[in-house]
Amino acid sequence: MNELQLYTYIAVFGSFGIYFAIAWWARASTTSDFYVASGSIGPIQNGMAIGADWMSAASFISMAGLIAFLGYGGSVFLMGWTGGYVLLAMLIAPYMRKHGKFTVPEFIFDRYDSKTARLVAVLCLIIASLTYIIGQMKGVGVAFSRFLEVDYGLGLGIGMAVVWVYAVIGGMKGITYTQIAQYCVLIFAYTIPAIFISIQLTGNPIPQLGLGSTLSDGSGVYLLDKLDAVVTDLGFKEYTTDNMGGTLNMFAYTLSLMIGTAGLPHVIMRFFTVSSVKAARSSAGYALVFIALLYTVAPAVGAMARLNLTDTLVPTEGEELIYEERPGWFKDWEKTGLLQFEDKNGDGKVNYEADVTKNEMVKIDRDIMVLANPAIANLPNWVIALVAAGGLAAALSTAAGLLLAISSAISHDLMKGIFVPNLSEKRELLSSRIVMTVAIIISGYLGLHPPGFAAGTVALAFGLAASSIFPVLMMAIFSKTINGKAAVSGMLAGIGITMLYVFQHKGIMFIPGTDFLGGMEENWFFGISPNAFGAVGALVNFVVAFTVGKITGPAPEHLQQLVEDFRMPASHDIDVSNH
Amino acid sequence: MSHSTDKTKNHYWHENLRLIFICLTIWFIVSYGFGILLVEQLNTIRLGGYKLGFWFAQQGSIYTFVALIFWYSYKMNKLDKKYHVEEED
Repeated sequence: MNELQLYTYIAVFGSFGIYFAIAWWARASTTSDFYVASGSIGPIQNGMAIGADWMSAASFISMAGLIAFLGYGGSVFLMGWTGGYVLLAMLIAPYMRKHGKFTVPEFIFDRYDSKTARLVAVLCLIIASLTYIIGQMKGVGVAFSRFLEVDYGLGLGIGMAVVWVYAVIGGMKGITYTQIAQYCVLIFAYTIPAIFISIQLTGNPIPQLGLGSTLSDGSGVYLLDKLDAVVTDLGFKEYTTDNMGGTLNMFAYTLSLMIGTAGLPHVIMRFFTVSSVKAARSSAGYALVFIALLYTVAPAVGAMARLNLTDTLVPTEGEELIYEERPGWFKDWEKTGLLQFEDKNGDGKVNYEADVTKNEMVKIDRDIMVLANPAIANLPNWVIALVAAGGLAAALSTAAGLLLAISSAISHDLMKGIFVPNLSEKRELLSSRIVMTVAIIISGYLGLHPPGFAAGTVALAFGLAASSIFPVLMMAIFSKTINGKAAVSGMLAGIGITMLYVFQHKGIMFIPGTDFLGGMEENWFFGISPNAFGAVGALVNFVVAFTVGKITGPAPEHLQQLVEDFRMPASHDIDVSNH
Repeated sequence: MSHSTDKTKNHYWHENLRLIFICLTIWFIVSYGFGILLVEQLNTIRLGGYKLGFWFAQQGSIYTFVALIFWYSYKMNKLDKKYHVEEED
């Protein structure tokens, strides 16, 4: 075992030990503990837990890589995945906390008095959460196989076992406290390498400022200007202005991610865990502070990684890297197949440029940028070990939150709410644990044999949340008169049009060849990419719901009264009974 | 206390809506406005090494979002007290 592996084992298994200890200390004994930690979590702690819950393998591993290659276009992820919290804090969270129940479908049921609405919501929730988990499980498998050099399947198995222990025993209470620890691990692991690299390149230890500084090589050139020059020399689009498919597409993409974020059930349910409406508002703010710590560093990581990578491949203008002299990290990642070189002109040099017929770096997987970054920048081994532990913390914490969302939807909404209303609390607690175990096994299986459409499904998860759950919640709170029939028709119309659009361009259930309008950009509706279509779906949802609402008449008086009640944090003249 | 008559409920809700409207207008301007629609015009201005439009898209909008949530939450706490609908500790 070499030094790097030793450090990695210490970092990874040390952090696992901490998670287990916390889960044991905070284990759940009631359904209220299990689903919402008995409303006992303070706003700052809840903010950290939301941060860990939200920042998945995608945020930790993939996002900076996406930004590195999309440049300015990558801003849609930065704005989209943070701006949604403003919507959550103002439009959704406080009112749902006031209503004080366990799950999102339960809130929908209470407000619309419709079992159909609850069922549709449960379905959206399960599809969105399961597709999300597949990504986390793959992340766990990759991190293990790359850093500990164990088999991908074994790594996945270890990850599943770890989540099982603390999520099934601890429930929401255990998960929340574990996530607080995981947040600390992941933010530390993300920022330390970024600080090192920022100092190397610009002399400024704060990456957010380093990105806007001059290079420390004495040239006095700004980092971003250098990057623009370097990539355009190779024929790529200018880094700071490359706008991914045009202004309208960026607009719709950002909007879809924002309202999708505000409609993701595993995030919303975190706001049921705080003690008050006041705490629900401020914990959204704290959550965003903790998320912003990573999200404002990510653009620096992306840009600096792109610059370092390009510098390695093309040391000075016109002079190319000789393949035999390639650095160690290059060889390591070649072994995984995520980095591939093909000597097209047979000169033994790496010719890297935008022209695909001449470019010899035939594959640079975007996901390796964060993981390989410390090695590219020649950082010490303990930093690389830390990144492995951080990536695992990000993947595991998100997986746990999603598993809880699934298990509460099935045992609380489907079983107790619809099929077995007289389920006792003790049996409900047991059944949630069984459901969660089954969900872990299914998601592990899907991680091991990812369906061909796995990559396209994140779009589906956000599309579903944006086009169904967000609008139905917003109308529930901001319209007193909208009724159950209107809500159900709106949801179905929103999901329908979004799925139709995604499928017609990406294939039915993402099966290649079944895309009846083709994936070509010319056929996109006003140039909006399928990933960005959730915003249009949401609009359709609103229009259909209001039209049906107008025809079928206002919601009954007792539901209107309910809306009045949850719009106020407390109404001192009315007896408030939460449960 | 019997302050929560229909009239005060309405006032409370309308003040809340007004506040949300102001916040979401700023939310829209910094992200969709400065970060996307007006990005080319703003990019002619520099903020150190950053082009200003690019800075709003990758940094500025996020800082503004954080500030907005805390400001909203602060104003709402005051509003809750004003209308006597705050929660008891």
